[in-house]
Amino acid sequence: MSTTLRPRVGRVIPPRTGRSPLSDSWRRRLPLLPALLFAILLTQVPFVLSVYYSFTDWTVVPPGPREFVGLDNYRELFRDEAFGDAIVTSIQLTVFPVIAALVLGTAFAVLLDRKFFGRGVVRTMLITPFLLVPVVIGLIWKNQMFHGLYGVVNWVIERLGGTPVEFVSEHPTLSIIITLVWQWTPFMMLIMLAGLQSQPSDVIEAAKVDGAAPFAIFRQLTLSHLRPYMELGILLGAIYLIQVYDQIAVMTGGGPGSTNVPYYVFQRSIGGGWQFGLASAYSIVVVIASIILATFALRVLSRLLKGEAAA
Amino acid sequence: MSGDDATPAVGERRWVNWGLGGLAWITALVFFFPVFWMVLNSFKSEQDANTSPKLTFDPTFDRYREVTETAGGLLSFGEALMNSVVIVLVSTLIVLALAIPAAYALAIKPVGKWRDVLFFFISTKFLPVVASILPIWILARELNLLNTRLVLIVLYTAINLPLAVWMLRSFFVEIPRELIEAAEIDGARLRGQLTSVILPIAAPGIAATALLCVIFAWNEFFYAVQLNPVEGSTVPVWVTTNVSTRGEFLAKLSAASVLACIPVVLAGWIAQKRMIRGLAMGAIK
Repeated sequence: MSTTLRPRVGRVIPPRTGRSPLSDSWRRRLPLLPALLFAILLTQVPFVLSVYYSFTDWTVVPPGPREFVGLDNYRELFRDEAFGDAIVTSIQLTVFPVIAALVLGTAFAVLLDRKFFGRGVVRTMLITPFLLVPVVIGLIWKNQMFHGLYGVVNWVIERLGGTPVEFVSEHPTLSIIITLVWQWTPFMMLIMLAGLQSQPSDVIEAAKVDGAAPFAIFRQLTLSHLRPYMELGILLGAIYLIQVYDQIAVMTGGGPGSTNVPYYVFQRSIGGGWQFGLASAYSIVVVIASIILATFALRVLSRLLKGEAAA
Repeated sequence: MSGDDATPAVGERRWVNWGLGGLAWITALVFFFPVFWMVLNSFKSEQDANTSPKLTFDPTFDRYREVTETAGGLLSFGEALMNSVVIVLVSTLIVLALAIPAAYALAIKPVGKWRDVLFFFISTKFLPVVASILPIWILARELNLLNTRLVLIVLYTAINLPLAVWMLRSFFVEIPRELIEAAEIDGARLRGQLTSVILPIAAPGIAATALLCVIFAWNEFFYAVQLNPVEGSTVPVWVTTNVSTRGEFLAKLSAASVLACIPVVLAGWIAQKRMIRGLAMGAIK
């Protein structure tokens, strides 16, 4: 490494003669390149190919020619009622779990953010659903919790004087939402816990000394401090939930009220439709929705990162 | 468990504390119940599992024996486990080999616009899987990689790389600058700095990162079932083969589920505190 002082690091410095073949800035970049190239190759290239496919008419099984059809697939997308249903389901399977998991996760985090007997055990139990294989989550909820005859949920409903419900077949959307809430509440809890624990205690103490009621403190100080963490939780949760596949595959295998857009893309392509051109056009819609969400997510992250730099 | 109580509560406050602690316990027990029930069912006979929920029964290990010894479908437990272990470990090692130098270039000797690069990495994580699965499937078919471990190794590396870069950067930033400068004055190049200073200090952070990569790779199902539906497949795919359309299967499915979840759950329990940071993606402390 050079021991001379450079005026500004990171700017592209024109190569100098008589020194090592690599300029300092390129030497800095070198360790980054393998990871960067790998990421571009595995994410950006397939995405560009998907965009290209989406302008073609291409049936893969039985193998057919790939013909350029311009925007035809996107026009088809507006006519396809099943696609409209999939969008509605996608929104339901994203919005409701995110909100419910955030509310529950915040409540759990508040409960955990104090000292009490066995707090470690309680936290361990609460994070466990997030560690389970998502396929297992879908299968055990379907077969042991929601089961029409032997399900635990129905057992409780019967004890409370209700009639048993065939959850998965009668209420597929609700059933999947419940499993998603169960899976994602720990994630929200961890983010909110990180937020609560980063809260400066001197402000809270000062408010207490001034005689503020605990609830007022929570509403006026804690909630405003937690806001960026909530935003982050909502956005990260939404980005993952918009592409849920596992629970749908093992609980209902698709169908009205449970086929979201990614699942629909799968059904129209590898799952048996084999229309790769059309399916690609549908997948681009998910990408656009994700880009919108991600733009906001990155803004929130950036703000938190700047806060870190300032601290 | 937290032993010492920092703020000695008095009178009314103490009862509130007790009440909230109790509420936390009840909440946790209810929330944890499906996991408890799954473990319980795995020790039942099918007859005991497929009836009105009951707590008392003759516990048996037979379901575990059944699911590990006989192959329900084309995939046996042993094969799936081997596939999962190889795929998860190799992909995690590749992730670390790529991400550690990258994190160095973003945290310790930052390249210009390191913030933009960091955001590029994390934005690839936001690209939905459906956006790339079709070209990847086509490519894997052309290269005869369907049903091979290699295709999942490469894809799981791609899944975990952004998160690993992001997390490792946040751990590397915290390494005292003087230590690295001292190593530099001693003439240590990148490799020397890494082995003598950075890796020892950041070891716990690297371990947490590796663990998170292992968790995500172990639990992944979509790529596994799309690209490796048959013999090259992993434990989550094997779990689904224990669902049968004929006859009762809940106890067997529970045993299979417990086996599939145990490695990751144990690892997660042990490393939960560090994971809290990891999941907050290093941006939050």
